[in-house]
Amino acid sequence: MTDASTSTPPRRMRLNFHVFGPLLAMVAVMVIGASLNLSFLSPENLTNVAARSAFIGIIAVGMTFVITAGGIDLSVGAMAAFVAGVMIMVMNALVPVMGAGVPLIMVGMATALLVGGAAGMLNGVLIAKVRIEAFIVTLGSMGIYRSLVTWLADGGTLSLDFTLRGVYRPVYYEGILGLSWPIIVFAIVAILGELAMRHTAYGRHCAAIGANEQVAVYSAVKVARVRMATYVVLGMLVGLATIMYVPRLGSASGNTGVLWELEAIAAVIIGGTVLKGGFGRVWGTVIGVLILSLIGNILNLASIVSPYLNGAIQGVIVILAVVLQRESKSAD
Amino acid sequence: MTVPILSAKEVSRSFGPIQVLFDVDFDLRPGEVHALIGENGAGKSTMMKILGGYLAPSGGSLWLDGAAVSFADHRQAEAAGVIMIHQEFNLALQLTVEQNIFLGRELMRGPFLDHAAMQAESRRQLEALNCPLDPRLRISDISVPNRQMVEIARAMGRNARVLIMDEPTAVLTGRETEILLDQIDRLRASGTAILYTSHKLDEIARIADRITVLRDGHLVTNASAADLTPDQMAEAMVGRELSDLFPAKREGQAETVLEVENLTVPGHVRGASFTLRRGEVLGFAGLVGAGRTELMEGVVGLRKTTGTVRIMGKTLAPGSVLAACKAGLVYLTEDRKDKGLLLGKSLRENLTLLALDRFTNIRIDTAAEDRALTQAISDFDIRAGDRGMNAGNLSGGNQQKLLLAKTMLAEPDIVIIDEPTRGIDIGTKQQIYQFIRQLADSGKSVIVVSSELPEVIGIATRVVVMGRGFIAGELEGNAITETAILRLAMGTQDQEAAPA
Repeated sequence: MTDASTSTPPRRMRLNFHVFGPLLAMVAVMVIGASLNLSFLSPENLTNVAARSAFIGIIAVGMTFVITAGGIDLSVGAMAAFVAGVMIMVMNALVPVMGAGVPLIMVGMATALLVGGAAGMLNGVLIAKVRIEAFIVTLGSMGIYRSLVTWLADGGTLSLDFTLRGVYRPVYYEGILGLSWPIIVFAIVAILGELAMRHTAYGRHCAAIGANEQVAVYSAVKVARVRMATYVVLGMLVGLATIMYVPRLGSASGNTGVLWELEAIAAVIIGGTVLKGGFGRVWGTVIGVLILSLIGNILNLASIVSPYLNGAIQGVIVILAVVLQRESKSAD
Repeated sequence: MTVPILSAKEVSRSFGPIQVLFDVDFDLRPGEVHALIGENGAGKSTMMKILGGYLAPSGGSLWLDGAAVSFADHRQAEAAGVIMIHQEFNLALQLTVEQNIFLGRELMRGPFLDHAAMQAESRRQLEALNCPLDPRLRISDISVPNRQMVEIARAMGRNARVLIMDEPTAVLTGRETEILLDQIDRLRASGTAILYTSHKLDEIARIADRITVLRDGHLVTNASAADLTPDQMAEAMVGRELSDLFPAKREGQAETVLEVENLTVPGHVRGASFTLRRGEVLGFAGLVGAGRTELMEGVVGLRKTTGTVRIMGKTLAPGSVLAACKAGLVYLTEDRKDKGLLLGKSLRENLTLLALDRFTNIRIDTAAEDRALTQAISDFDIRAGDRGMNAGNLSGGNQQKLLLAKTMLAEPDIVIIDEPTRGIDIGTKQQIYQFIRQLADSGKSVIVVSSELPEVIGIATRVVVMGRGFIAGELEGNAITETAILRLAMGTQDQEAAPA
């Protein structure tokens, strides 16, 4: 993460907190964690935290673009559960045909990306073309996906075929160079996202639309297309996160991915992206995700505060992050 | 001489290291209209905000009724009867006229709002201003000049003794301006002290009793209005003699570059046809509401239309700004704050937004963007305190120059400029007229849409006049006069609509 901070162009002092705030907060969290429990800083613990945050993290990167362009997506948690359900059903159904091997896993992965992309497209069309408010559309689709997966599982759990689990397991539990696949995929998504946000016309257009849609229209930006793309990409990233998530438990139910959408949105906001759009930064989102996971981890390791208060502490952090960033803004 | 209600003595103000106001004296007396004029960035807004309690002075003092005061904020100033009416109105669009007039000081009957009393009082206030509006209308449904009246009614309802008016006529037509000036006469007669600003100097000559001219934050002239002609005002503002405001005209070439045929913008314009030649400056005149902006937005694909637009003989795909831009046709909006610039973004990001593909090869080349900004700053004389500043912190004239630079970066052949000098000081106006002339001389074609008749007459070699939603006629050469334009603009529809 120090890499991200040194690559920011030099700015005047007054902007510093706005820029480095999330980074400082993460350092503070780590110092607290280390002082409470020595095993906190062990590589095993940290990689475990990173791997667990990868699902939310991958989704939150996509969410950063949606929010930067002035939108919101409440449906991602339910969408993840739905994608996982469909993916498991498709793979189970194909075991007799294809056998429980790598090709079938590939088919499952393609299914996840496709279903995620299609679900995102549905949100995108309703928001960008039919022009219904994003909050309403995704509130509706959240309910739809959530109840669809419950219905598919008939109120219970959809479990992946047992032999397939064995084949699929390494995607979550193994990796290269001591890093598990979820961490690697999360890192790649984050780096590509950061590049797209900061260095491509697409990122610039997202920010322009979020800042003032009218100006974007008058500046020949294809507003509907860019906005729709933010939801499609987010849907595909939900699919990607599901691909990483399914081998961990090997099942999906109506309770899969509950509150993921709020955790993703919280991470985006902690990272310094403006909720009403116009400005976003992906590296901030990555730090936001890590801060939220580290807090949960510390509460589990240390015994001072009950882990049941995890949500309360995360809530305080989100509000604090916005307050601090606003104060540093009004100072200039 | 009467005692001033509110006066500023040797007031200064700095923003960070930059001083924008230097020891300025200014006073407002009952029953007097005191005009404050100067170029954009001369310090007028800062002075008004200090008087209205929105800003504290860095040096000097304010005096109210002969005693030194310092307003903690504008609410304190308002409590003392000093009320500022902003150029961008402070009205809640979704509330009614009555709700706005009484916002924050609602009349109560017991624990409930007294709607009847507030409505009656609003009606009375508006009638006193000769503006018989229904107080139950929403602000979003009434015209801009009527909103201006609501602002004034609201100020009067708060027992304003001092009224600070920031360019109240910038968005008004000639006739609406007359009504407003009559209202100001009435307020003056009733003893209100009025601070008035405008870039329209003939208006200043008509309404002001006294005039203070600011230049670069310094007071340069304070004189009775009777002693200054508009020319002298302009010279005092600019600090040099103004040669002719408009550059010499030159005829366009024979080649037609743009043909608009039977274009209809539903609800706004029907069956408009006109042509534009290479190297020509074509003026579009008409009353506010004639549909000029809507027609131009239709031409470039910002609105749904029927009809044909041909560029160099090729039919343009309708409804796509991008297609128009690629075909070399661009439109500069009249509404630079809401549609032209991203006020919260840097100059660089604003400059390249329209032509971003020229700077992008998967990655955006920020170094090239920076070079383009340097070029634009020198080409268009954009005066920015700091290259890293946001577009919203530029003065109006410099925002307009930035918008011009942004548009020209797309290298268009045909440029439509809507209200090129709205809310801009006279020195910058002259520069913008020069730019327009240079564009035409370099073989580009320009359409200038303007509500200021002297501007259209001064800059265009041919003028299309619009009535309500149709093209009423066309004037060329010496036939372009104010009376000819007005006659066409207000002429009876039946006679003029037929040829379109």
